[in-house]
Amino acid sequence: MASRWPWRLERRAKPSALMRLVSSPLAALAMLLTGFIALSALGVSSAAAFKVFFIEPVSSIYGVGELLLKATPLMLCALGLAIGYRSNVWNIGAEGQFTLGAITGGGVGLYASQWLGSASVPVMLAAGALGGMAWAAIPAYLRVRFHTNEIFVSLMLVYIAQLLLSWLVHGPWRDPAGQNFPQSPPFPDQATLSPLLEGARVNAGFLIALSCAVLSWWFGAKTGAGFRMRVGGLAPAAAAYAGISEARNVWLAMLIGGATAGIAGVCEVAGPIGLLQPVISPGYGFAAIIVAFVGRLHPLGIVLASLLMSALYLGGESAQVELQLPSSITGLFQGTLLFFLLAAELFIHFRLRPVARA
Amino acid sequence: MNVNTWITIAASAVGAATPLAYAALGELVVERTGVLNLGVEGMMLVGAMSGFAAGVTSGSLLLGYLAAAAAGMLIALLFGFLTLTLQTNQVATGLALTLFGVGLSAFAGRAYVGLPIARVPFVHVPGVSDLPVLGPLLFHYDPLVYLSIVLCVLIAWMLKSTRLGLRIRAVGEQPAVAHALGEPVIRIRYLAVLFGGAMSGIAGAYLSTAVTPMWVEGMSAGRGWIALALVVFGTWKPWRVLGGAYLFGTVTVLQLYAQGLGVHIPSEFLSMLPYLATIIVLVLICRDARTILLNQPASLGRSFYPGL
Repeated sequence: MASRWPWRLERRAKPSALMRLVSSPLAALAMLLTGFIALSALGVSSAAAFKVFFIEPVSSIYGVGELLLKATPLMLCALGLAIGYRSNVWNIGAEGQFTLGAITGGGVGLYASQWLGSASVPVMLAAGALGGMAWAAIPAYLRVRFHTNEIFVSLMLVYIAQLLLSWLVHGPWRDPAGQNFPQSPPFPDQATLSPLLEGARVNAGFLIALSCAVLSWWFGAKTGAGFRMRVGGLAPAAAAYAGISEARNVWLAMLIGGATAGIAGVCEVAGPIGLLQPVISPGYGFAAIIVAFVGRLHPLGIVLASLLMSALYLGGESAQVELQLPSSITGLFQGTLLFFLLAAELFIHFRLRPVARA
Repeated sequence: MNVNTWITIAASAVGAATPLAYAALGELVVERTGVLNLGVEGMMLVGAMSGFAAGVTSGSLLLGYLAAAAAGMLIALLFGFLTLTLQTNQVATGLALTLFGVGLSAFAGRAYVGLPIARVPFVHVPGVSDLPVLGPLLFHYDPLVYLSIVLCVLIAWMLKSTRLGLRIRAVGEQPAVAHALGEPVIRIRYLAVLFGGAMSGIAGAYLSTAVTPMWVEGMSAGRGWIALALVVFGTWKPWRVLGGAYLFGTVTVLQLYAQGLGVHIPSEFLSMLPYLATIIVLVLICRDARTILLNQPASLGRSFYPGL
C-alpha cells in the first residue's frame, strides 16, 4: 500500500533527541492551527478567537490565579498517572480516585474539623490521599491476584465513585439547611484552603502540586524503585529476568496515582468548591491522561502541559461567554491535541524517506 | 409479579443488551485481527449523536443509522490511520479516540439536545406476534434486535469457516507469519477497524433512537467500556459475547425495575450494579491466567510494522 506513496517511513537507527523535545510543542501548534481553522469555518476570526481563548482569560490577577487553580488537579493527577504509564500500568481511573479523595478528605472536613482545628487541612489531605489509594488498590489487587485488566476496573470504579458521592450528598451528608439542594454543608473555615493571593482563587494546592512534581522527578530519576518501574515498562521480559517484581511495580504505580488524584480531589472541594456536591470535576481525571502524554511522562513536561490544558479550559469558558460557543469545545481541543501528539511522536522513532522510483 | 411483568422485563433486557451486542461484536472482529481499539465509548457517542441528528433532520431512521455507521467508520479511520499507518500506541490512541468522541459529540450535538424522535418501530409478524407469552417474548422487537443476532451468526461462521476468517485469525495471532505468507496485514486490520467503527456507530444510534429515544451529552454512560469488557468476558467468541450482552442487559433492567418498585436500597447503589458486575465477570474470567492466554489473539495491542 505504502509503495504507491512517494515517501516511506523508515525506522531511525536511534530515537531522535530533537523530536523528543519538539513533539509536544509541534502538537500544540497543530492543534491551535486546526482549532483556528475550525473556528473560522464557524465564522469566528482567528484574531478574535486567539484573544478570547488565550489573552482575555489571563489578563488579570484573577485570571492568572484561575490558570494555576485549574492546572492544580490536572498536574497532580497526571504526575501520578505518568509514573504508572512509564511502567506499563494503565490506570485510567484518576477521575474516580479524585472523587474518592474528595469524599474521604471532605468527610474529615465536615465531621472532624471541629476537633482537629488548625490541623484540619493536613489531615484532610492525608485522608484524601488514603481514599484515592484505597480506590486505586482495587484494580491493583485484581490485576496482581486475578490478572484482571486495570484499564477496565479503574474505569468502572469512576462510575461507582461518582454514584457513591451522589448518594452521600443526596442522603446522609446532605445539608439540612441547604433548601433541599443535593449538597453537603459548606466546610468550616479551618477546613478550607485559603487563596494564596489577594483577588485570586489559587490556593496552596498549586504549591503541593509543584512539590509533587519535584518528588516525582526525584522518584523517577534517583530511586531504585523508580528505575525498576521504568525497566518494567520498557522491557518487561528483561525486568522479570532481572528479578524485578511486576506485582510490586503495579502496586506502587497504582497507589502513587491514587494518592495524587485523591489529594487533587481534596484541593478541589476544600478550595474553589468549598463543599461536596454531585459533580466536582469537569473531567480533570480524564484530561490528566492527555496532560501526562503531552508532558511526555516527564514531571517538567507535565507542569507545562497542565498549564496549557488549564488554558484550554479557561479559553473554553471564555468562548462560551463571549462567542456563544459551547464549553464542550474544550473537550474537542483536548482530544485533537492528543491525536496530534501521538502522530508527532512517530517521528521520534521513524523518519520519512523519499522512495526511489523505478 | 405476574407473567406479564416478567415478559416486559425480558423484552427490556433485550433492548438494553442490543447496543452492547453491536459494539462488542464489532470490537471482537477488530481484536481478532490483533488491534485493541479502546475508543468504543467515543465511537458510540459519535454514532448516537449523528444517528439522532440525521434521523431528526431527514425524518428517516434508516438514514439515521446509515449516518451513524458512516460517522463511526470515519472516526475509526482516524484511529486506524494513527495506529496502523503511523504505528502509534494502541492503548493511548484508543483513549484519545474516546476523549475526542465525547468532546466532538457534545459539541456537534448541542442543537439536538431535548428534541423528540419517534422510536424505531417494532416488527409485527402476523400470527406469531400475537401468540400469548411467546409473541411478546420472541416476536415483538425492532429489526435491529434481529439483525444483531443475524450478525452474530454471520460473524461466528465467518471467523470459523471462511477463508476471510482464517486470514483474520492469522493476522491477529502471528502478523509476521501472515505477512511473510503475503497477507496484507495492515489492510485487513484497517477493514476490521472500519467494521468496528460502523458497529459502534450503530450501537450508539440504537441508544439514541431506541433505548432512550433522545440525545444527551455522554449518554452512553460507560456502555462502550462495558462492551470492551464483554469481549474479554466472552473470550473472543461471538456467541459468548452475545450471551454476555444479554446478561448485562438483564442486570441493567433488573436494577431499573428494582428502583421503580421502591426497593429499600438507595437508587445510586442499584445503578452501580452494571459497573460492579463488569468487574466481577472480569475477575471470574481472568482468574485462571490460561483462559486469557489460550483465547486472546496473540498479537493483541501490539503494533505491526511490515518493514514496507
